[in-house]
Amino acid sequence: MAGYVPSTIEERKEMLKVCGVESIESLFEHIPDELKLKYPLNLPSGLSEMGVSRTMQKIAAKNHVFANVFRGAGAYHHYIPSQVKYITAKEEFLTAYTPYQAEISQGLLQSIFEFQTMICELTGMDVSNASVYDGATAAAEAIAMCRDRKRSVALVSDCVDPKNLQVIETYCEANGISIRSLASKDGKTDINALEDELNETIACVLLQQPNYYGLFEDAEAIGSIAHDKGAKLIMSVNPISLGLMKTPGECGADIAVGEGQPLGIPLSFGGPYLGFMAAKKDLMRKLPGRIVGETVDVDGKRAFVLTLQAREQHIRREKASSNLCSNQALCAMTAAIYLSVLGSKGLEEVSKQCFSKAHYALEQILKIEGFERKFSGEFFHEFVTSCPISADKLLAELEKYDILGGLPLSEHEILWCVTEMNRKEDIDYLIKAIKEVSQHAVDL
Amino acid sequence: MQLIFEKSKEGRGCAILPEMDVATTEFPVFLKRSTAPKLPQMAEVDISRHYTELAKCTHGVNDGFYPLGSCTMKYNPRINEEMAALKGFTSLHPLQPEHTVQGALEVLQLAETYLCEITGMDAMTFQPSAGAHGEFTGLLLIRAYHKSRGELEKRRKILVPDAAHGTNPASAVMAGFTVVNIPSNEQGCVDIEKLKEACGDDTAGLMLTNPNTVGLFDQNILEITKIVHEAGGLVYYDGANLNAIMGIVRPGDMGFDVVHLNLHKTFSTPHGGGGPGSGPVGCKEILAPFLPRPTVDKVGDTDWSLAWNHQPSKSIGAVRSFYGNFLVVVKALTYIMSLGQQGIREAAQNAVLNANYLMHCLSDLYPMAFDRYCMHEFVMTLEQSKKEMDVSALDIAKALLDYGIHPPTMYFPLIVHEALMVEPTETESKDTLDQAVCILRKVYEEAMEDPSGMHQRPLNTPVRRLDEVGAARHPKLRYEF
Repeated sequence: MAGYVPSTIEERKEMLKVCGVESIESLFEHIPDELKLKYPLNLPSGLSEMGVSRTMQKIAAKNHVFANVFRGAGAYHHYIPSQVKYITAKEEFLTAYTPYQAEISQGLLQSIFEFQTMICELTGMDVSNASVYDGATAAAEAIAMCRDRKRSVALVSDCVDPKNLQVIETYCEANGISIRSLASKDGKTDINALEDELNETIACVLLQQPNYYGLFEDAEAIGSIAHDKGAKLIMSVNPISLGLMKTPGECGADIAVGEGQPLGIPLSFGGPYLGFMAAKKDLMRKLPGRIVGETVDVDGKRAFVLTLQAREQHIRREKASSNLCSNQALCAMTAAIYLSVLGSKGLEEVSKQCFSKAHYALEQILKIEGFERKFSGEFFHEFVTSCPISADKLLAELEKYDILGGLPLSEHEILWCVTEMNRKEDIDYLIKAIKEVSQHAVDL
Repeated sequence: MQLIFEKSKEGRGCAILPEMDVATTEFPVFLKRSTAPKLPQMAEVDISRHYTELAKCTHGVNDGFYPLGSCTMKYNPRINEEMAALKGFTSLHPLQPEHTVQGALEVLQLAETYLCEITGMDAMTFQPSAGAHGEFTGLLLIRAYHKSRGELEKRRKILVPDAAHGTNPASAVMAGFTVVNIPSNEQGCVDIEKLKEACGDDTAGLMLTNPNTVGLFDQNILEITKIVHEAGGLVYYDGANLNAIMGIVRPGDMGFDVVHLNLHKTFSTPHGGGGPGSGPVGCKEILAPFLPRPTVDKVGDTDWSLAWNHQPSKSIGAVRSFYGNFLVVVKALTYIMSLGQQGIREAAQNAVLNANYLMHCLSDLYPMAFDRYCMHEFVMTLEQSKKEMDVSALDIAKALLDYGIHPPTMYFPLIVHEALMVEPTETESKDTLDQAVCILRKVYEEAMEDPSGMHQRPLNTPVRRLDEVGAARHPKLRYEF
């Protein structure tokens, strides 16, 4: 018997009798015959659990998992503590819907409340929502929060991840916000260009910190210039860097967003990931999506509940602040567990190791002939180097060493990423491989 | 229950990372945060127990009957989870070279082929991460279509029935349209005359769920889609209720041009307490050029490629980073393979059978909003008991909590007063349904005996009714240390 229908044939007959019909088909009689499928769907026959397991494992085996990953560019390879996987597999969390019935969803609601608190602590902001789809949609939703009647232009730094920019453009094109790009200089947002671009139509400035090239932006200065002209500052931040880095709150940001994938979520070919959004208190009612608040029950007992729902689609319909309904709840819980397991000291240590190892790797790469650093500023765990041979060629050769090298940005430029996952010996192995490949290319 | 922060103690923690094995580079002081984030400091055992305590206060499908209308809370097969946890899927960087991710591309391609067959569509994107995200994406396709024909300036209106999910109008506004509400007729279906009046050369499209949100199949569907098409608009299928009709009738054959699916409803992937879901969007050939990039294309006989930008692109761009909630697609594909041709149809048939059975067992006590066979869900109305005894839909729902049943969806759809919308799904046995009938009948009797006592329910849950007004008036959205 295929499928997950528990009723026996006999039971089905009994049920049909209660309904007063002869066959299941009778229950579909009101569907016009001309519409009904005349033939079975063109799908394979159902498989047993063992059969489907074999088939899927065969498909998974067609992928290659690299032993050494030096690629980031928006998706980061970090260690995931064992606790994270086991706790998120708890079936109560896994199989629940959005916690509409608070009385039987306190566990889920409290976990979201704890997540919101941790995001506020990480970012230095006042309020956080319960998550959105990913870092890109978080940035797009943040821009929509800043728009008002007079201000409908968003300035987006050239150093924002281009994949995020694509999503932002799609969202803004739809809701009538114009995007203007903010020029860069030496891999960082150009402050002089910012002063030229700002005027009374600019709703906000979006920065990524550290930016797409791994560099730290001068966020505080940019924020204060933006604020002088009445524009808001949105910072898209890497949460791991916040173990060390000045918070968006300290930089004067009005909204902090980011991709939460580095917080215990596997690379997973791009998803599910986690968008987080936090804001200053005065923007609280403009935040999209679910928000959990603390309250009491009729007995005065502390309890948690979905709140500020007057913003949301099921109440406001076409006047809602966003259409968000399902978000990434289990990914938010994943991040909260990750942060609990690591604690502030652990997170700081991950951050330190990423920072130091990336600096060690850069130092070693620069010792190889023909490799130079592209930009000069302070960086976190990603950096861009030139590559004397074709970047595609180098990266293809590195695959033979079971190394996923950096991301090629152009024919002779590579964006590298180093995390706590890359041991010193792995970095040294990368250096050896690059040397051999580039030497071999020169010999040819 | 204590918050995790209240359990935290300075000096506790878990040993996760090895020692640093390269020389430490000092982080620049001028970039440093002034204080460390106040994250919990906990021993592993206490973290485990904390979350176990939270799990005990959370009701999932595996804890009991969950007939939450419109949400299709069916059983989430374990094998789906196991397949999605394969290292060959979880450890793939999204920007790996194509030849190293052929299996992942095959997953996307197979899922596209199967889901297009089930819906009668020609092409599909998996970028949208939830149903509402799919709606937004589908509407952007409609928008791009009109734009390509030079008609976007005049076609600004999306028609939405008043019975629609709240996300429909919200998504339409996000996509830059204005919303025109179409009233339902007495049978809870689209009022054809009102639809005709609303259609014109300013119509961009119509959004519709069929079976609709009262659990009825709109028999006029061919006429409805024809009216919209003749006015030059396109028709959008909200796939929230697809579970009722898989393998029996297809949106594509009803005249729909674009659909979104909820893999986390119809295709058995778990809701995770509110996500991650997956809301793939399928469309007819005329809309395919506008789909988000990349799509998965075949190269040669066996290889797959990510087509980022083939022709001068008409694509709407991206609605999310990378390729959507990939692991959720893995789970849905596992499910489709398990069920296969027969199983998919049987799932729909039994979903409809279970709903009708439950409805018939309750209809002598609970007034039904519509007196005809339903599809996968039905709507009860407590209007009368509210008027006569002051027992509302909310009161009944809260009393069910005392018996371990997740209540039906309350106060939706908006066209039915004091609505309780019940969707049992096909994965519940007759025994479970019979138990639910007993409980629902018992709750009704309790209401008759002591109507005012119903306002006190629930009595046995970890917390009782909450002060929601207070929560919204004085928002406390984080723990204050």
